[in-house]
Amino acid sequence: MGAADTSITAMGVVASLLQVAAIVIGGPLLLGLMAKVRARVEGRVGAPIHQPLLDLRKQMRKERIHAEHSSAVLIVVPFVFVSTAAVAGAIAPLVTTRPALATSADILVIVYLLLAGSVALALAGLDAGTAFGGMGSSRAMTIGALAEPALLLAVVAMSIQSGTSNVPAIVADTLNHPGWSASPQRLLSLGALIIVVVAETGRIPVDNPSTHLELTMIHEAMTLEYAGPELGLVSLGESMRLGLLLALTVNLFIPWGVAEQTGGLAIPLGLAVLIAKVAMLGVLISLFEVRSAKLRLFQVPELLAGAFVLAMLAIVAGLVTT
Amino acid sequence: MISRQTFRVEQSELVARAAGLLESGHRLALVAPHDDGDVVRVVYVFTSLTADRRIELEVLCDASAPAVPSLSSLSFPASRFEREMHDLFGVVPEGHTFLRPLAVHQHWPQAWHPMRRDAGPMPPVRTDTEPFPFIEVAGSGVYEIPVGPVHAGLIEPGHFRFSVAGETIIKMTARLWYLHRGMELLFQGRSAAGGVELAERLSGDTAVGHGLAYSLAVEEACGLPVSDDVSRLRAVLLEMERLYNHVADIGALCNDIGFGLVQARALIIRETLLRLNEEITGHRLLRGAVWPGGGAVLRLPAPDELVRIEEAIEGVVDLAMSNSVVVDRFEGTATLGAEEAVDIGTLGVVARASGSRVDARAIHPFVDLGTSFETITETTGDVMARFNVRVREARISMRILRELVQNDNLGDRRRVEVGDGGSGVGIVEGWRGTIVHRVEVANGDSISRCKVADPSFFNWPALAVSLADTIVPDFPLANKSFNLSYAGNDL
Repeated sequence: MGAADTSITAMGVVASLLQVAAIVIGGPLLLGLMAKVRARVEGRVGAPIHQPLLDLRKQMRKERIHAEHSSAVLIVVPFVFVSTAAVAGAIAPLVTTRPALATSADILVIVYLLLAGSVALALAGLDAGTAFGGMGSSRAMTIGALAEPALLLAVVAMSIQSGTSNVPAIVADTLNHPGWSASPQRLLSLGALIIVVVAETGRIPVDNPSTHLELTMIHEAMTLEYAGPELGLVSLGESMRLGLLLALTVNLFIPWGVAEQTGGLAIPLGLAVLIAKVAMLGVLISLFEVRSAKLRLFQVPELLAGAFVLAMLAIVAGLVTT
Repeated sequence: MISRQTFRVEQSELVARAAGLLESGHRLALVAPHDDGDVVRVVYVFTSLTADRRIELEVLCDASAPAVPSLSSLSFPASRFEREMHDLFGVVPEGHTFLRPLAVHQHWPQAWHPMRRDAGPMPPVRTDTEPFPFIEVAGSGVYEIPVGPVHAGLIEPGHFRFSVAGETIIKMTARLWYLHRGMELLFQGRSAAGGVELAERLSGDTAVGHGLAYSLAVEEACGLPVSDDVSRLRAVLLEMERLYNHVADIGALCNDIGFGLVQARALIIRETLLRLNEEITGHRLLRGAVWPGGGAVLRLPAPDELVRIEEAIEGVVDLAMSNSVVVDRFEGTATLGAEEAVDIGTLGVVARASGSRVDARAIHPFVDLGTSFETITETTGDVMARFNVRVREARISMRILRELVQNDNLGDRRRVEVGDGGSGVGIVEGWRGTIVHRVEVANGDSISRCKVADPSFFNWPALAVSLADTIVPDFPLANKSFNLSYAGNDL
């Protein structure tokens, strides 16, 4: 079956809007949850789970200040960053396999929408002309360039299995072939994908989102020149991307619960299952992070090379078994 | 009694005498200029690296145009003491190899030397100054990263200038003295007994180290007797200070590589120690428990308290060392070679991590620590070595404490009268390294001069040297592994 239906239904539009709302609100909550888990393991009470939302509200109310010598890039980028994540969230199969524009949701479209956001942020890092921003952009682009091939190969491995590169179709196919989730190529590409997600979202062991040490920063260094509402938007974009990537990963491998129809209770049920699955994955990642330290920057390419090899093996496994 | 000899030498003899001392196993511990009115008297304190021997060379020069021969080609620490002396006293070290301002910044009024008696009020700061002449590294792809002096987090002020190719540090220059408070001038005119309060605040995390070095110096200057019981109490306090600081460093090193779990647990132990400090002395940072001629505590740490803390420390160390990423990040990072460590004149944890056996507890003991104490050294000189020195020293501190708390004397709260005095030198192995104070007490119980040498003054240049071939994102880790004091350096 798949998402052959090309018409845009009203329910599809509603589902898409719901998905965007889910990552706009759920992304910050996911960050809050992961921070909470870390705090508890470290023996602290920690901030409430909705703290990132409170931070966003605070930042949105502040006055707008822009770095000296910065151009329009600095102002435009937060909108690009958030809107690319929002569009990807609208078309990806998160709550349902049939959001509006599901036919456009090719894996390449989603990957490059997120990449457009990453490149925009790297430009913003360069814009104010500070040493830290340039350093962060350079590191982020290096890691991005190494992560991308691994990511593409991982999804190619999955599309070999279902014969399409349309993500909603892959998810729907997986629902119909429960055995696929345990197949070698899926497990191998899951490994590759998780490494790439960790690298792209700037989590330990690749980057440390909670550090104050500018010289060690990758992702945070690019956003040092932001303040007030723009900082709020960039932070929102970061948490949306985290939520989106985790949701997408979990749905590609454990799709059960995703609504195949858009009527009745299917959508609310799909949303509830999605929240539960992503929360569990977030907790798992957080538990792993607490127990691990950040890699030396020059070891990160080796980690990503590992992801590339896993993805390569996934393709080989896929060609052998099908 | 402490063996200290002072020799008045002619200017022409100074270089030869200093060279002789440096060659015969002495290090330059401190250079203290004194404005005596018509003459400026410069005192060079040399200490033996093997025995408790202190030798002072005293040189006089005319106060109207003060100049002394430079020792900068013999000793790197001498070159830095001379630059400081040039800034603050206007004494010219003739033949100095690199006579640039050290303590004063560019906007400082020219030819105004605050430590001179006739300095008068400070003239207005200059606005027409050149920026600090950082050495520029040229070449394609080389860029500069300026960091500080204001940093994120609770860090003292200092400016670092990195010249970087890709991610590799080619050169790092540290610009310090943003925290210069004129501490040595503040000592002058204080009562010898009251000066200890100032000494405890030279560097907030080294209250006992500096307070004790000052007290020892005043005791020598004024001939104050101190009982063995009080000396043992002082050793307890010194080790308690070492312990809470080393534990904090063990956690902070792991935090800098994103392993916050160790930091969280280390901070719990540090807090336990600080609360214990408060019960022992009434102050979390151990202030007010040591003074010239005495020292007292409210109670001593109980052996079972120490055992619980030691077990917690071992747990934290095990957690850190069981993580292969931690080991990978620590090993081979920011290596300071054994020869470099000696040439630069490093002290304390930094020196011992590079194999130098410099520990004032062994060389200049103020109390017999018996068999529980031994000097810890490592050989690799990297972050791992400095981490290991701290871990092993924490264990030694525990051993010393368990031994010392068996004596249940709580000291004597009575303050002794400090009479007239001469000069005295106090040497203490603080948790960072060897602290030296040299005081002169004028008639009527008042300090006429107090010169302080914090180990950070010796160790800061070593940080820059260790960064060769280190990558930029490893700098915070390297810096934390040195953990030098800005306040103690800048005074």
